[in-house]
Amino acid sequence: MMAASPTVSGSLRDRLMITLIGGAAVLALLLFFAVRSYAVQVAQQGQDSILAASVTAMLDAAAIRDGEVEIDIPYAAFSMLSTPSDDRVFYAIYQDGAFLSGYNDLAYEAGKPLGVRSFQSGDVRGAAVRQVNASRTLIGANRRTEIQIALAQTQDAQSQTLDRIARNAAFLGVGFFALTGLLSLWASSVTMGQLNRLTTSVTRRGPQDLSPFQKPVPQEMAPLVQSLNSLMGRLDQSLSQSEDFIAEAAHRVRTPLATVRSYAEATLQRVKREENREAMRSMVRAIDESSRAAGQLLDHAMITFRADHLERETLDLRALVEDLVLRLTPIADMRDLSLAVAGDADVPFAGDAILIQNAVRNMIDNAIKYAPPDSTVTITVNAAPKPVIVVEDEGPGFNTDEIATLAGRFQRGSNAADSIGSGLGLTIAQDVATAHGGHLHLSNRPEGGACVSLQLSS
Amino acid sequence: MRILTTLVLILWSACATAQEWEDTQVFNDAATGPFLRIISSTDTALFAPLITSFVDENPNTRVAYFVTSTADVDRRLRDTPDAFDIVVSSAMDLQLKLVNDGFARQLPGIEHPDWATWRQSLFAFTAEPAAIVINRAAFAGAPIPATRQELIEALRDRPTAFRDKVGTYDVRQSGLGYLFATQDSRASDTYWRLMEVMGRLGVRLYCCSGDMIDDLTTGKIAVAYNVLGSYAAARPEVNDSLAVILPSDFPITMMRTAFVTAATAEASAAESFIAHLLATQAFGQGENLLLPPLTSEDAAEDRATIPLEPALMTFLDALKRRRFLAAWEDTMIQN
Repeated sequence: MMAASPTVSGSLRDRLMITLIGGAAVLALLLFFAVRSYAVQVAQQGQDSILAASVTAMLDAAAIRDGEVEIDIPYAAFSMLSTPSDDRVFYAIYQDGAFLSGYNDLAYEAGKPLGVRSFQSGDVRGAAVRQVNASRTLIGANRRTEIQIALAQTQDAQSQTLDRIARNAAFLGVGFFALTGLLSLWASSVTMGQLNRLTTSVTRRGPQDLSPFQKPVPQEMAPLVQSLNSLMGRLDQSLSQSEDFIAEAAHRVRTPLATVRSYAEATLQRVKREENREAMRSMVRAIDESSRAAGQLLDHAMITFRADHLERETLDLRALVEDLVLRLTPIADMRDLSLAVAGDADVPFAGDAILIQNAVRNMIDNAIKYAPPDSTVTITVNAAPKPVIVVEDEGPGFNTDEIATLAGRFQRGSNAADSIGSGLGLTIAQDVATAHGGHLHLSNRPEGGACVSLQLSS
Repeated sequence: MRILTTLVLILWSACATAQEWEDTQVFNDAATGPFLRIISSTDTALFAPLITSFVDENPNTRVAYFVTSTADVDRRLRDTPDAFDIVVSSAMDLQLKLVNDGFARQLPGIEHPDWATWRQSLFAFTAEPAAIVINRAAFAGAPIPATRQELIEALRDRPTAFRDKVGTYDVRQSGLGYLFATQDSRASDTYWRLMEVMGRLGVRLYCCSGDMIDDLTTGKIAVAYNVLGSYAAARPEVNDSLAVILPSDFPITMMRTAFVTAATAEASAAESFIAHLLATQAFGQGENLLLPPLTSEDAAEDRATIPLEPALMTFLDALKRRRFLAAWEDTMIQN
């Protein structure tokens, strides 16, 4: 019996992975933008502080000498503005708003409040610049004057630094993402591992093992395992009930039939009138048939149950067949038949002994039923190429057009009119072969008679 | 009449402009390809081999070479930025300011050491120290000075021998002279003491190194200060009578620089000229080089090469320049 495939909707692992990796991607992007914007801020602060230092050095060099403003710009004021990208420098010096020296196209923007250094980003001669504006009041002999300096520098080095930082931030983000991706892969496989372990331990159980799971499981899986345990408990109970039912039914049906038969036999001995004797004989035959049919039905039910829970053990097919032959010889003798065992001496096979016994007994039963008196039924056991048990008789054989359908349940051959049987014999043999992974093969012998082979390959 | 006057005026001014060049020369005049106009402060004789080897490799290219003083190079380029394709000058400060002010074109294809490049536009191709050049005859029997201090002592010891016989750049006219003077003044006070001594001896002021070396050879002056040693070295016939001294206390080394103008119409030809200039001259791979090659960075540190940095613009500030020239004149022009 195939287990029905469950309806699958989505994957727990995929959902877990998507959540974790998506989260990592968002975090990595956030990280990238945070680092970059922080770098922009820091770089801007760096440039601003150098510009501020430079403009302060220039203002410090301003003095009034003989009533005239002199600004002896220190060499270091411009030297400190050197950058790896050789940024351009522009400056303009104003006295009370009047241009003194430098670049007259660079305007001084007064800070707010007045006298405070102010920074701005702008454009000078087509180049993006950062500009600082600062002023200083000089007090001469008879007047106050304000020196105002605008100092601007292009931002090539800064943008190069920012590009580098952005690149590093990108690497950082990608690295973070990759690492988190690996981590989430690991995390989800660990989580799934717990589920897989449970699945494996369920799959590996023997057919009779319906005991509850004892291994520790994570807290989240405890309810599942608990439900599973309770389901198995109920299953175990219902299985033992049906086993009990089969045994009970066999007992209840067989015993009364045997009693009735023995009464009928006894009555037959006492009845003298021929028509009554004939009626009694028919009754005994009918009882036999019922008994056999009940037996086969129970056999079949048992086989159907056992086939789902095959219990394999290593057994010797030859020994099994010889044991059966020994037990069936009295029945064969009653019909003046002889049973012969042929084939390999030792045929080991891992299978369910009860089932195989049942199958072979039914096959021999059938042969005994159809074989003509004074003939031989031959049972051959072969190990190679695959274990096989062949039962041959010298009877009428199968109708060739019925061979394909004969093994169906309750099918009897058209030439079995006067033999007792419910038609389940070949069905049982077929079910046993299938349960072991093999099949039942029916054919007619060229010299006459039926040939039934039970292929047990697995 | 009026038209005639105007015409005469125009012709006169054209002639005057033409006459203002110290020298002009056209190389490979027959070529029909690109026409490169180089404005330079370097004497034609010293620069010609570089142009000749360039037109040998690029026979299509015609090159016109205009020579004028460093200050004039700066002035002319600012007046007519589109009249020239390449600017060569020894005044590093003026060159750097031209680049800063946006007159130069960036040449991303040129590979040159960082310390000899500014903004991938200005390329240094020589390293030339400022030297003291003396006429050996004037120092016969006396020790030859090796430092500025020794020169001061030598001049003080024999004031009569050196009266009217010392020379240096007129920093008011010469861009290179101004660069050397300002860098000198940054380094030590010795500069001002030396200038004072020279001023008392009735210093002769020159526009150019070439003139100073001429007067040294004729004996008109005995000592020239802050002259380009390379110009003297380029004249082997006078080497015996002159001695070139690199002051061992703090030598100052200038790098001659070149850039391609932003307004050039011959960008690719100009760039290949710069590439040729750097390949043959900068590291001394070419033959018959008359100018000293660029030294390696280590040697540059050792020789106190003036770095290419925005600080070069400091002494070009109008207020700063006015103040420096006032101090210089006070020291030098004594009556």
